[in-house]
Amino acid sequence: MTRIEETFKRLKDKGEKALVGFVTAGDPDMEASLAIVSAMCENGVDILELGVPFSDPTADGPVIQRSSARALKKSMHIDGVLEITRRIRQSYRVPVIVFSYYNPIIAYGGDRFYNDGRSAGADGVLVVDLPPEESNELTEKWSKGDFCLIRLIAPTTPEDRMRMIAQNASGFLYMVSMTGVTGSGGLDTTELGDYVERVRQASDMPVCVGFGISTPSDVAAVSAVADGVVIGSAFERTIEENLENPDLAAIIGKQTAAYKEATR
Amino acid sequence: MPEKHHFPQSERPVTEWPDEMGHFGAYGGRYVAETLMPALLELDSAYLEHVKDESFQKELYGMLKDFAGRPTPLYHAERLSKKIGGAAVYLKREDLLHTGAHKINNTLGQALLAKRMGKTKVIAETGAGQHGVATATAAAFFGMSCKIFMGTEDIRRQAPNVNRMELLGAEVIPVESGTGTLKDAMNEAMRYWVSAVRDTFYVIGSVAGPHPYPAMVRDFQKIIGEETRNQTLQEIGRLPDILVACVGGGSNAMGMFYPFADDPVRMTGVEAAGNGIETGRHAATLCAGSLGVLHGSKSYLLQDGYGQIKEAHSISAGLDYPGVGPEHALFKDSGRVEYVSITDSQALEAFEALCRTEGIIPALESSHALAAAMDMAANSGTDQVIVVNLSGRGDKDLGIVAEVSGQ
Repeated sequence: MTRIEETFKRLKDKGEKALVGFVTAGDPDMEASLAIVSAMCENGVDILELGVPFSDPTADGPVIQRSSARALKKSMHIDGVLEITRRIRQSYRVPVIVFSYYNPIIAYGGDRFYNDGRSAGADGVLVVDLPPEESNELTEKWSKGDFCLIRLIAPTTPEDRMRMIAQNASGFLYMVSMTGVTGSGGLDTTELGDYVERVRQASDMPVCVGFGISTPSDVAAVSAVADGVVIGSAFERTIEENLENPDLAAIIGKQTAAYKEATR
Repeated sequence: MPEKHHFPQSERPVTEWPDEMGHFGAYGGRYVAETLMPALLELDSAYLEHVKDESFQKELYGMLKDFAGRPTPLYHAERLSKKIGGAAVYLKREDLLHTGAHKINNTLGQALLAKRMGKTKVIAETGAGQHGVATATAAAFFGMSCKIFMGTEDIRRQAPNVNRMELLGAEVIPVESGTGTLKDAMNEAMRYWVSAVRDTFYVIGSVAGPHPYPAMVRDFQKIIGEETRNQTLQEIGRLPDILVACVGGGSNAMGMFYPFADDPVRMTGVEAAGNGIETGRHAATLCAGSLGVLHGSKSYLLQDGYGQIKEAHSISAGLDYPGVGPEHALFKDSGRVEYVSITDSQALEAFEALCRTEGIIPALESSHALAAAMDMAANSGTDQVIVVNLSGRGDKDLGIVAEVSGQ
């Protein structure tokens, strides 16, 4: 059983939903980022998504664009993201997903990324701009069991395509709550229920919902229908507002605990 | 396994791409977030359906003729040729088209497709502003709402085009991120499209972006080469020896080259060398870039060793882009087209030369092609014929030329 499967099983037994926390690795710098991620782990994050900064993040809104730019100024690239993963793995069992645009992975080398990612203790990858149609060139030499390929489902995705995506995915399905970039507002939790049901018709995999979720009450509402909740821009907003604050990691820790409470 | 793996690239003629996945050999494809995939699949099938439809082609041709001003002349620049003292230089006068550049060929095609798909809103990115003006024009023609994304640096250096777009009823949305140029405008247009994908048609201006855009834009622009081919056969009784066109994303060059790809004609694409390739401040993607994925397709890119996209630099806003269309990457690798580069100052010299000798003010983009062609003409015999795609007129560039000359 993979760490991701273990996590969902453990949560199910406890009657909880997964809190999936995203931060851009290296924002505001390597050491502060490690402290932030450790605080998330200490305060109940169930799955960690580490974002690889990219110069042209076309799927992201302004908050994550700016966090990506800050991390790039500190020369954070895939090697640094895997270093953070390695150091987290020394202390925590939490699954780590590397979240990246495709081009940095091409530059690093796809198979090298797979090998180094696993040995650093990463559990999988989500390549935001790599649909199943183009994915084979990256993953054909990867062994499917030990490195999950998390995939996106969007509100625009028709049912037959959902099934095709699910067949090409592992770990869990990342369901984008709305048509928009990360950090958009306007989550409609009534419509969300029907949408999650459609995804469940297409796959037995756990379904985590992300985009536009920022408050504990959003988290509670999404937890009522899905298996997990992804929080990204809301953490990045806190980081941005506290760049000079020595208590930044502790503040993120508190924020994590409040979200986690809402998944119970 | 996709079919392409059974056919080594060299065995499939360069003109017979893309495959149904949008690949041009090892390039192209569809590299976008899932939210956009269904829209691209819908666009692909709508395009395939309508492009074969006779009434679509008839309506488009009518607009190109009566509204845009096709066919454009093929003009023998005799005084320029005499001054160079080598090959005869001909100019394909896309600068005489309505809105002042070849971009209108494509925007009328895409706007007509948008109308047939029932979309009432269009968006576009623009660098030099020519594609923005051409999109705003097509939107006005069809009564569609129009948003144009444009970098703040480009808004500064191409101010007249901003006024034109606004006069035409478009909303110009300034993009401050990055360097405020074409790449950033395209990032922002893609972000907006993700949020409005259900009722909005994204009019991409070059042979770049995810499938089907590179093939679709090529097909709307290939009228340039088709006319040129007929005109040279009629006017000089044979095919030209050399074709020259500038390459930013590559739409005017692809439009000129594609209909000649199976002919014994030498073709040269001209990239922007900015301050010089050795300075690192340039936009010569094919000459000095490497393989990667940007804005939805795989092609050559300007990037660092970590896969971060580098800033491009060129005096010409329309060439100031760190990517290039995937079919150009295929043409480069197959050797069918040679790609060279021209610096800012070489382009400015060619710009002035054409103004003075022929009374034609070319766009700075087209001035790059002209500079390379003048160099080739000087080294060719007088029996040789070179056709330059004069892709746009230079009125929009007077500010930047004055700024540079004043230094």
